[in-house]
Amino acid sequence: RSTSGAEPESARARGAGAERGERREGERAAAGIRCVAYNNQSNRLAVSRTDGTVEVYNLSANYFQEKFPGHESRLQEASVLARRQRLLAGLNGEIMRMFTGINIKYDCEMSWEDPLWSMVGCEDGSVKLFQITPDKIHFERNFDRQKSRILSLSWHPSGTHIAAGSIDYISVFDVKSGSAIHKMIVDRQHMGVSKRKCIVWGVAFLSDGTVISVDSAGKVQFWDSATGTLVKSHLIANADVQSIAVAEQEDSFVVGTAEGTVFHFQLVPVTSNSSEKQWVRTKPFQHHTHDVRTVAHSPTALISGGTDTHLVIRPLMEKVEVKNYDAALRKITFPHRRLISCSKKRQLLLFQFAHHLELWRLGSTVATGKNGDTLPLSKNADHLLHLKTKGPENIICSCISPCGSWIAYSTVSRFFLYRLNYEHDNISLKRVSKMPPFLRCALQILFSEDSTKLFVASNQGALHIVQLSGGSFKHLHAFQPQSGTVEAMCLLAVSSDGNWLAASGTSAGVHVYNVKQLKLHCTVPAYNFPVTAMAIAPNTNNLVIAHSDQQVFEYSIPDKQYTDWSRTVQKQGFHHLWLQRDTPITHISFHPKRPMHILLHDAYMFCIIDKSLPLPNDKTLLYNPFPPTNESDVVRRRTAHAFKISKIYKPLLFMDLLDERTLVAVERPLDDIIAQLPPPIKKKKFGT
Amino acid sequence: MVDEENIRVVRCGGSELNFRRAVFSADSKYIFCVSGDFVKVYSTVTEECVHILHGHRNLVTGIQLNPNNHLQLYSSSLDGTIKLWDYIDGILIKTFTVGCKLHALFTVAQAEDSVFAIVNKEKPDIFQLVSVKLPKSSSQEVEAKELSFVLDYINQSPKCIAFGNEGVYVAAVREFYLSVYFFKKKTTSRFTLSSSRNKKHAKNNFTCVACHPTEDCIASGHMDGKIRLWRNFYDDKKYTYTCLHWHHDMVMDLAFSVTGTSLLSGGRESVLVEWRDATEKNKEFLPRLGATIEHISVSPAGDLFCTSHSDNKIIIIHRNLEASAVIQGLVKDRSIFTGLMIDPRTKALVLNGKPGHLQFYSLQSDKQLYNLDIIQQEYINDYGLIQIELTKAAFGCFGNWLATVEQRQEKETELELQMKLWMYNKKTQGFILNTKINMPHEDCITALCFCNAEKSEQPTLVTASKDGYFKVWILTDDSDIYKKAVGWTCDFVGSYHKYQATNCCFSEDGSLLAVSFEEIVTIWDSITWELKCTFCQRAGKIRHLCFGRLTCSKYLLGATENGILCCWNLLSCALEWNAKLNVRVMEPDPNSENIAAISQSSVGSDLFVFKPSEPRPLYIQKGISREEVQWGVFVPRDVPESFTSEAYQWLNRSQFYFLTKSQSLLTFSTKSPEEKLTPTSKQLLAEESLPTTPFYFILGKHRQLQDEKLNETLENELVQLPLTENIPAVSELLHTPAHVLPSAAFLCSIFVNSLLLSKETKSAKEIPEDVDMEEEKESEDSDEENDFIEKVQDTNNTGLGEDIIHQLSKSEEKELRKFRKIDYSWIAAL
Repeated sequence: RSTSGAEPESARARGAGAERGERREGERAAAGIRCVAYNNQSNRLAVSRTDGTVEVYNLSANYFQEKFPGHESRLQEASVLARRQRLLAGLNGEIMRMFTGINIKYDCEMSWEDPLWSMVGCEDGSVKLFQITPDKIHFERNFDRQKSRILSLSWHPSGTHIAAGSIDYISVFDVKSGSAIHKMIVDRQHMGVSKRKCIVWGVAFLSDGTVISVDSAGKVQFWDSATGTLVKSHLIANADVQSIAVAEQEDSFVVGTAEGTVFHFQLVPVTSNSSEKQWVRTKPFQHHTHDVRTVAHSPTALISGGTDTHLVIRPLMEKVEVKNYDAALRKITFPHRRLISCSKKRQLLLFQFAHHLELWRLGSTVATGKNGDTLPLSKNADHLLHLKTKGPENIICSCISPCGSWIAYSTVSRFFLYRLNYEHDNISLKRVSKMPPFLRCALQILFSEDSTKLFVASNQGALHIVQLSGGSFKHLHAFQPQSGTVEAMCLLAVSSDGNWLAASGTSAGVHVYNVKQLKLHCTVPAYNFPVTAMAIAPNTNNLVIAHSDQQVFEYSIPDKQYTDWSRTVQKQGFHHLWLQRDTPITHISFHPKRPMHILLHDAYMFCIIDKSLPLPNDKTLLYNPFPPTNESDVVRRRTAHAFKISKIYKPLLFMDLLDERTLVAVERPLDDIIAQLPPPIKKKKFGT
Repeated sequence: MVDEENIRVVRCGGSELNFRRAVFSADSKYIFCVSGDFVKVYSTVTEECVHILHGHRNLVTGIQLNPNNHLQLYSSSLDGTIKLWDYIDGILIKTFTVGCKLHALFTVAQAEDSVFAIVNKEKPDIFQLVSVKLPKSSSQEVEAKELSFVLDYINQSPKCIAFGNEGVYVAAVREFYLSVYFFKKKTTSRFTLSSSRNKKHAKNNFTCVACHPTEDCIASGHMDGKIRLWRNFYDDKKYTYTCLHWHHDMVMDLAFSVTGTSLLSGGRESVLVEWRDATEKNKEFLPRLGATIEHISVSPAGDLFCTSHSDNKIIIIHRNLEASAVIQGLVKDRSIFTGLMIDPRTKALVLNGKPGHLQFYSLQSDKQLYNLDIIQQEYINDYGLIQIELTKAAFGCFGNWLATVEQRQEKETELELQMKLWMYNKKTQGFILNTKINMPHEDCITALCFCNAEKSEQPTLVTASKDGYFKVWILTDDSDIYKKAVGWTCDFVGSYHKYQATNCCFSEDGSLLAVSFEEIVTIWDSITWELKCTFCQRAGKIRHLCFGRLTCSKYLLGATENGILCCWNLLSCALEWNAKLNVRVMEPDPNSENIAAISQSSVGSDLFVFKPSEPRPLYIQKGISREEVQWGVFVPRDVPESFTSEAYQWLNRSQFYFLTKSQSLLTFSTKSPEEKLTPTSKQLLAEESLPTTPFYFILGKHRQLQDEKLNETLENELVQLPLTENIPAVSELLHTPAHVLPSAAFLCSIFVNSLLLSKETKSAKEIPEDVDMEEEKESEDSDEENDFIEKVQDTNNTGLGEDIIHQLSKSEEKELRKFRKIDYSWIAAL
């Protein structure tokens, strides 16, 4: 255990202190998923949460979360906007779009065939048709107004008809005339009891004219839109069925219920030699504890998200050709971004939430103990600061300077910089006003090690360097993006001597800039998978890069090439268990006195890579690197390998070295998140 | 009058009705079920047994309607034959000899001339599904040796095989996999469930399978109570299944309704579940069916279901899930503690029935009369639960009183014991609980008996217990100001040196009570309850104890565990004789001095019938059963038989029934198998089934009158003109149903011959008789119910003179049988 060089005792103690502060965080993690959508062309998944954040996952890159943009936070709109935006994001690559001006809407949907049309169902019962041009959205016309509000909409794949789910009925509109051609009344009966209302939570229009509806009575119903008649009804739940998503081939669909169950329906032939097919409910999945608010159907997986904040990707085994990363069930709970920054000098932690920042000072202990003890705190952690954002926008990124005297954060439209003054126990906060106009929206902020420079990656692709001195700042330089790329940088790393700055976008390679000479130094060869974390080692200036496929590279900046160790690793390959891990590495750091060590962590483990030891091969035990103490040193040396992994942590959000002997870890126990959620629907369990 | 042939051991009904799925006839009028070596045909409306199809020489393992002729029934048996029956008349049409043991039978409408069967050829536990080609032949006995192999390594139970979608595929399940064989493609797909090692799926073994009648959908039942509906199984990869889960214990059987809109499932919960549209939320229940559902079947007409239960019962259920009829056989679900008893009133056999019940079973009609609920508590059907058991029962005072003992012992020290006394109520014609005694003894009750003396004025009951006491209970006046009543109270408690009391027995006149205390027999005066004398043979604990009867009432018999049978003379108080015999069952005949003892040896069980007065047995029959005989009882005959032979005289007034360990109820019969067949041949004359239409009233009566007149004239004329009714060929021709008759051309000559004068007919009769001799012997063999008769120790079997009238009827009989043997296979060829 002493390999880390840090005192585990105090690390635990401090970790406990941090954890206490962390416990109050929770809004962020407890923000349930409101909407998910899948785009086939780019193989990306957009997720919107109830606090208004939108996340985009790249399914080709091991489900790595690419974007974490902030957003407007009025809840009801969030879903609409999220949906709108996601579609645009999916269709137009990575463009983010704001879509404002419509007050309260429930659902909107783009035409499948022609992305230029969109319609919006409104609270007042009207369906509005909009035209989308690359830079504008025009209101086109209103459809016939319905009595009650519209809760769900679906285009016919050919774009000629629209089905709209409402309360107690489903309307089918003709797009050309704008008139409702059918009104299909949904049965209110629920398990023999007549409920007050039957809310049609979702509709799906298939190309053969079938409309599938899901409603609050727990039914999945198939309607013939040509005649307006009910074809078949499946009662699947005692509670609401809240969401539906159809596969592109229209041979299967998925529904999510308020009981947390996801049901898969498939179109199977009635007999082997007839062409007649029927929809059959096949497998139920229970991966959620709470309402499944939304589902999506990718060609190979069922995706569901709900109030319990998990995004679950359940692969369809029959569609997965080879046994690879996609063939396993994935449950994504935590963002793949670091939301916590740390001031090593003052031992401060800055926590980023959707709409505020919190600054905590770590507690400390004077006691000592054995390995594994939890020590009592002599000084409790202090909550120093609670900084609320102005306006409804979410915080995209934030950072505290290593000296602890600067805090910077950015929302979608504004950039904020604060100076902190410490006078004994009091803190005064002063906002640096008059931000230059180019510092509007940053994707990543980083302070240099000596806190004299601020690096800002703007969403336009430029990389700004700002000189900080006293209470003022000066814009030094802006690295413009390479011509032809519009991709913004979203990860930054600076060397401890302040000479080198590494920046990485989502797909293109890592650029290394010389800060002193203010020019591009080199570009690390591009790799197929996005970068999840990177850091520059002190002294050697080796850049360590972790990718979403769990590969780790070491690149020497001065030599402009991969280091020997990195080459050996690539030659031998990583341990298969290492490559099978779920979550991406979110943070890399180094021990100043032990240049051979690389410290990295993901949500479930903390790992020290000792470059001096031999690499594990597939036969060695990856996760049990500590042989029993009674073994001789020879045995220990023989079985030891480069990866020292600790999985004792509950979901680990952040871990960093404060000084040579202290490590700070921030845990986020899942039980705490669940405790904050509203209670799930009670279900009788047999035998209890 | 009676043929005195060898005494044979025969099964007397009470065989399992729930061995295989019952089969409905096409019109739902009849239901067929296998029952030992027979197939029974019941009416679905009246619950009555219409026919018993005899013919197989071993256990019948499968029955199926002939898909090409729904008036015919195929049956398969372990004797290696498939038989085709006309079930309406109960006639065997054809026998196909396959040669190897058949464990199940399946028919598919599309496979025209072949049926499917489960066989095991090489190793005893490897079973194969084969298709058996039934050759088209006009002879009655056909060899069907052409087997083609379909599936290997299948489960023995026919519940694990199902043919789907008009015979396009067959699904078989075993352990953790489902295999589907497609006949056209000749390919097998196999789907495996993640097996037991993973604890979460610990019990997902397959238990049964059913196929949807119209769609490609296979339903499989599992150990953990789940039902999986498999679809798209042509593709090894794209297959998919749905789960339905309601049962908490294993799914015993599944069946789709005829249209396939609903799926029926049943299991240990004794609840029939109907899943409509195969959706989890849309299900209907028929609860409280009494016992584990073993099989479910559906009538081809779709209006009836039936469930076979573990308590040997078939419930016929209407389509709207209402039980409409119950066919109850002898309940043999659980171990028999009470032994066999005879209810003195109904002469019914009484023994343990359903959990907590005594069943009254009529031996004559092979039918359960009723169940008497003794424990009167809801039975919780769960594995491993220690239940209250009904351990002892006894009738007293000519059926006026019934005493029952129930006990439940969870731990060594926690014994719950209850004795109940029931009085027969003439008004309600049933037993009514009179007295309930909690903890009559401190330990288990080992024996109880009533004093059945005719002169005894006061009903007396004695219980013996392991706690070392025997207690005498008497009926006393229990009237109070509210009502007149009687009740039982303890009158006397006796013990002997703290030995465990193991048996008790009253003498015939009720004056003496014998109680055995382990190795010692004590004799008590039943008036003063004084210990009169003791017998001690030091030959092990006394297992059975009984007094002699009638002329032998001065003897007391005791059988010990060490295999000694002792006979004491009560007058001399000395041992009269003893014999080395390991007695398992000792039963006195209530109507004679005879005592039957069944001894157990390593080979089997032997029967000894003797009189206490002389140690030489009257009759010995060895090897009555290969397994242990647990209980036996003498049943008085309603009409005494008159066997002249000394060896059979013990059967004159009573019949002896015994129950083996595997719970088959057996008895001794002297009737020849031929005689046993007569009812079936009688049924050939379908007279009873003639409906009484107005037309019948006019014509039928008219004809009867004519006949009478004719008879008169004939008698007057003294001319031996054969009556049409008396000529078998004619009656055969007129009364056999048209669809089983051979062509008219074939019948013509016989018909004409039969109308000729009696001289010719006699000679014509004699010739075929010789020819038929061998065949007849063969048929006799085949009609033998039990093939394990070894030899009868019979000293003086006098030759029997058959009187002439009887012979005449016999020859007629043969004629009839000859006609039955006439080939009807042309029907199958149609």
